[in-house]
Amino acid sequence: MNTDAILSFEEAMEKYDPVLGFEVHVELNTKTKMFSSAPNVFGDEPNTNVNEVDLGMPGVLPVVNKAAIESSIKIGLALNCKIAESCRFARKNYFYPDTPKNFQTSQYDEPIAYDGYLDIELSDGTVFRVEIERAHMEEDAGKLTHMGGATGRIQGADFSLVDYNRAGVPLVEIVTKPIEGAGSRAPELAKAYVAAVREIVKNLGVSDAKMERGNVRCDANVSLRPHGRERFGIRSETKNVNSLRAVEHAVRYEIQRHAAVLDAGEPVVQETRHWHEDTRTTTSGRAKSDADDYRYFPEPDLVPVVPSREWVEELRATLPEPPAARRKRLQADWGYSDLEFRDVVNAGVMDEIEETIAAGASASVARKWWMGEIVGRAKNADVDPGQLGVQPATIVELARMVEEGKINNKMASEVLDGVLAGEGTPSEIVEKRGLAVVSDDGPLLEAIDAALAAQPDVADKIRGGKVQAIGAIVGGVMKATRGQADAARVRELILEKLGVTV
Amino acid sequence: MAAINRDDVAHLARLAHIEMSAQELDRMAGELAVIVDSVKSVSQAAGDDVPATSHPIPLNNVFREDVVGHTFTAEQALSGAPDSDENRFKVPAILDEA
Repeated sequence: MNTDAILSFEEAMEKYDPVLGFEVHVELNTKTKMFSSAPNVFGDEPNTNVNEVDLGMPGVLPVVNKAAIESSIKIGLALNCKIAESCRFARKNYFYPDTPKNFQTSQYDEPIAYDGYLDIELSDGTVFRVEIERAHMEEDAGKLTHMGGATGRIQGADFSLVDYNRAGVPLVEIVTKPIEGAGSRAPELAKAYVAAVREIVKNLGVSDAKMERGNVRCDANVSLRPHGRERFGIRSETKNVNSLRAVEHAVRYEIQRHAAVLDAGEPVVQETRHWHEDTRTTTSGRAKSDADDYRYFPEPDLVPVVPSREWVEELRATLPEPPAARRKRLQADWGYSDLEFRDVVNAGVMDEIEETIAAGASASVARKWWMGEIVGRAKNADVDPGQLGVQPATIVELARMVEEGKINNKMASEVLDGVLAGEGTPSEIVEKRGLAVVSDDGPLLEAIDAALAAQPDVADKIRGGKVQAIGAIVGGVMKATRGQADAARVRELILEKLGVTV
Repeated sequence: MAAINRDDVAHLARLAHIEMSAQELDRMAGELAVIVDSVKSVSQAAGDDVPATSHPIPLNNVFREDVVGHTFTAEQALSGAPDSDENRFKVPAILDEA
């Protein structure tokens, strides 16, 4: 049970100034492991992606994966780091069944990348610079499943089962310098920072970057100090916070908990905390003690990595456009307002909209479908919009049928449901379900086309969002049909035609 | 270099999960001190012009291409395990060290 007292966030902020620090582990998506040629694949049968190196058998020799070095250098460059002229691996010694060698091969005093920074854009556009201390290479550990305990947690477990498929998977650990001055925006910054790192490694193509699979994992350090004091307070380290939302919540919670401890006149314990998603609280892990005496020493089985400056520049030349720059470009290309674009980014459909536009949809049609139709469906299904599997071509086809007046928006939405249910392509579904705009709309559509063609400037205004201008077009249609058309229906058809949602 | 004392040995034993009796600690403190002194004699041979190194051969950038090689079957992987279950290594529950 968690019984820690907490202060309200507002009160904590009045009294204290938070300092943050993050260690983000990124699993690389190389074909093979860091030091062995066993495959780096998620989700296979236990202990089948292992060989003698991964199992730490006596007398085996590790050999460094060149692709993993290249990915690490790319990450370093994308984080604006310096790349070491020479660096070494080191052994981090500890006894725990997740590492069969009894040490983790890591880097200690010579990381491959150091002294970088990342500019983080907060939701209101404020840019906050996070300094990067280092990014170093290491290997992942095996996966333990604790069995027999009442809750499946380690406390109360009778035994543990170990799968070494993950042992030796290449990792890059990104460590920030202490982050000061975030104030009450610390939780938001925490989330935005981890999101930015995830976006960068995904954009580089060096990691699958799926947090739910542990491809990106965050340890969050939090400490508080009274306003105006320079010296840092004692920090806690919350381990394995594995979703963006959880990062924000964990930092917020730890700030509130520290504040209550300090208010009670007690010292904060320097310790590891475990995050619990269900209660959105942390509980004490172990206190930092001599168990953290890892006795690092240079790995004698591996020789130094000496990236030539030519190699580094070659890799720099392959870097894709940075995500922040890409966002700026796409917003300008698509002509979305700041608010529209932020909504698109927050809904996580920027890539999807880009693909849909590339497939032939207009920017406004792509946004209408993703934001107006698909995001809501994804929310209902509790998945990411991209996971629904809507193909860009489907949207292009649906939009074309609406534009040609074959179906209206309501029918198109119905057809999309059919596509998602696996009933076929849009035109197949339209045929199968006998969907078509009632024939009465035929003459109306002709009149609308004529009215739009007669007043292209008004049409543009409506497209641009000035829906009130529609009266002029409706008026034209009513005149042409001698007032016999249903004005509401006419209005609906005009909006559909122009791809405008109200 | 400071000598290895009994507390150092007790500390190392704890880190290494090795249970040692009082007599063993005393004996090991003495023996380790001798070993460390012997190794230290290397520094007498190496002058200031010899840099510290982690590797005796002046090599660097020994890499492997990212190409999948051999793997064990789960059965092979587990063949030396004292205990296993569901194709996984079975180990006693270890508390407070996760």
